[in-house]
Amino acid sequence: MSIAYQIIVCGSIVPDPLQTLEPASSPTGPALKNEMMLPAVLDPWASHALYEAANLAKTTPGSKVWLVSLGPKAKLQQVMMSVAQKVPFELVALDGPSGGFTEASDVAAALAEAILAIPGLDRSRMLVFGGWESASRGAGATMQMLGERLGIVDQFQGVDELKVQSDGALEILERIEGGRHQVSRCAGAPALLGWATGNLPEPKNNPQVGMANMRLMMPALQKAKAVKLAGEGLAFASVSLPRQMRQTRIVKDQSADAIAREIVEWIKK
Amino acid sequence: METILFIAHTEIDGTLAKSALDALSAATATSASLAAGLVVGLIGENTQSAANQIALCGASKFLAVNGADFSQARYASDAAASEALAKAAGATIIIAPATSRANRALPGVAQRLGGRADTHAAGLGVTDGKLSVTRWYYRQRMEAVVQRTTRPWIILVEAGSQPTWLGAAGTAVVETVAVVLPDSSKRTTVTGIRSPAADAQTIRPDADLLFVTGAGWTKKQADGQTHVKEAEEIIVGFLKKTRASLGSSKSLVDLGGEGEAVLPFLTHLNQVGQTGATPRHPKGLSTCCHGEEPHTVGWRFINERRAISLDPNCGWARGKADVLYVADAFAVMKKVNEMA
Ligand SMILES: Cc1cc2nc3c(=O)[nH]c(=O)nc-3n(C[C@H](O)[C@H](O)[C@H](O)COP(=O)(O)OP(=O)(O)OC[C@H]3O[C@@H](n4cnc5c(N)ncnc54)[C@H](O)[C@@H]3O)c2cc1C
Repeated sequence: MSIAYQIIVCGSIVPDPLQTLEPASSPTGPALKNEMMLPAVLDPWASHALYEAANLAKTTPGSKVWLVSLGPKAKLQQVMMSVAQKVPFELVALDGPSGGFTEASDVAAALAEAILAIPGLDRSRMLVFGGWESASRGAGATMQMLGERLGIVDQFQGVDELKVQSDGALEILERIEGGRHQVSRCAGAPALLGWATGNLPEPKNNPQVGMANMRLMMPALQKAKAVKLAGEGLAFASVSLPRQMRQTRIVKDQSADAIAREIVEWIKK
Repeated sequence: METILFIAHTEIDGTLAKSALDALSAATATSASLAAGLVVGLIGENTQSAANQIALCGASKFLAVNGADFSQARYASDAAASEALAKAAGATIIIAPATSRANRALPGVAQRLGGRADTHAAGLGVTDGKLSVTRWYYRQRMEAVVQRTTRPWIILVEAGSQPTWLGAAGTAVVETVAVVLPDSSKRTTVTGIRSPAADAQTIRPDADLLFVTGAGWTKKQADGQTHVKEAEEIIVGFLKKTRASLGSSKSLVDLGGEGEAVLPFLTHLNQVGQTGATPRHPKGLSTCCHGEEPHTVGWRFINERRAISLDPNCGWARGKADVLYVADAFAVMKKVNEMA
């Protein structure tokens, strides 16, 4: 039995991991210094979700992938230029803040509204994907709240593998403690999966895919709805950088023997 | 006045794990500082022995959702059970361990209850009668102190971030909260746990030492050759001797996907860093790894850090490690294995 899935991937943008971040205050609460200037990337675990979605769509004919993304429009556009080269999807853009200090519950509300407005949505074929945590808020809470709003109680987090069985059931591997995976069987769509790394490498750029994606992407960005996140009842007493620097003792020109002895002593201490 | 509900699920043997006892100590401390009532809510097939284990924690009530439907770590049943416990307790603050099971279910419960959730809490504190939660943002690059007026407020406490509750056991009187799961909540069944074979079980959260391997182990060495087999022997030998937990850089675990010769026991689960794990261990030893920022943010909760790298200008040298040994890790670790 083959089901044509409607795979809706939720993912926003985060500052490039190689950037040094500094907190700053803004009229709406804490933010990052020069937030709008920092180079951004698609949130890493969400990007794994997107690649897994595209792969599933490729192997289940008739399936389609949407990427629902809430972020500042101009930055979204920049990042989507390169994401568009990777795999086929249709963008649903929401214009609003994407920083880590926003409220997960507000983001979930905005995403749910955008998803429910997708024309021709069919719950019985719906798989909602996202990263199991963002690289900004790092909460791992938005997807569950979104699932609740969409009425999906078959939810999985830290997913590394999804296999569709011959009867349409889903076999799902989730990360649990101690480097292990929990294996579940879910009767089928609708389901919500927060992905960890999965199993797929980053797809190579494909200019044809890029061209096809871009045709719908620009209109989607143009009509991106403005979203305000209220953050009601939430206050930050402080945001600070950790004491990052250690006084590194650099040991050079020592024999392997001497270093090994020092290490063994340290380990046993 | 606040009412604090401590929620935990039982382990397969019916007891509470250490992570639950860590969260319990946060719950009892918070209840004392806020002069708030404490209620315990347990979820599992049979929760009596877990309740007895913490009978003397100072809770005014022990509630439980019991039964075979609630033994497995499944979103639908865990969310239903937690929701019922929160309602039965009239909870305004819910404290639970940040296990994979609670992390999966409780943020959704916050949504059901019209509340909010903060996950990965690394600290709880009360000043002037106000509760604050400390947690990390941007993958451990920034620490913030959060306060909320919305209730219920669900707080998931990171294992190892709190002292473990060490009270004596006793006999608890447990009130059962009845939850009937509709069929629509039974579409998912947990069918098993997949663990690596015993000798390949390299992730050991309780180990004193995190041993991190980087891509350098697979790179051409001074003789112009790679020595992957030898690297494997050294690493496995070290793990056997020290029972350290094995972490890795992303570059090294990614090599597997690119069809290069790699170390067969490494998977993405070993990866430490921005897109990997952030384990807690007292000590960490990094080998053949460059110590780039996306990697070292994963070391936030490693107290003492040492590294061996050939590159004297690697990230570790710039304040990320306490000691950097500029040396050949093959030579050093071989000696370490002889001596350890
Ligand atoms: C979006 C994104 C997310 C990322 N997330 C992560 C993450 O979660 N975790 C992570 O680790 N990285 C992550 N990275 C990648 C990170 O930026 C680095 O590329 C990676 O950590 C480098 O790995 P490495 O140090 O093992 O390899 P390399 O940079 O190749 O360094 C190898 C090191 O080994 C040393 N070496 C070689 N031979 C020897 C020897 N015989 N003895 C001693 N030393 C030797 C070399 O001097 C060198 O310093 C991420 C990057 C991006 C863009």
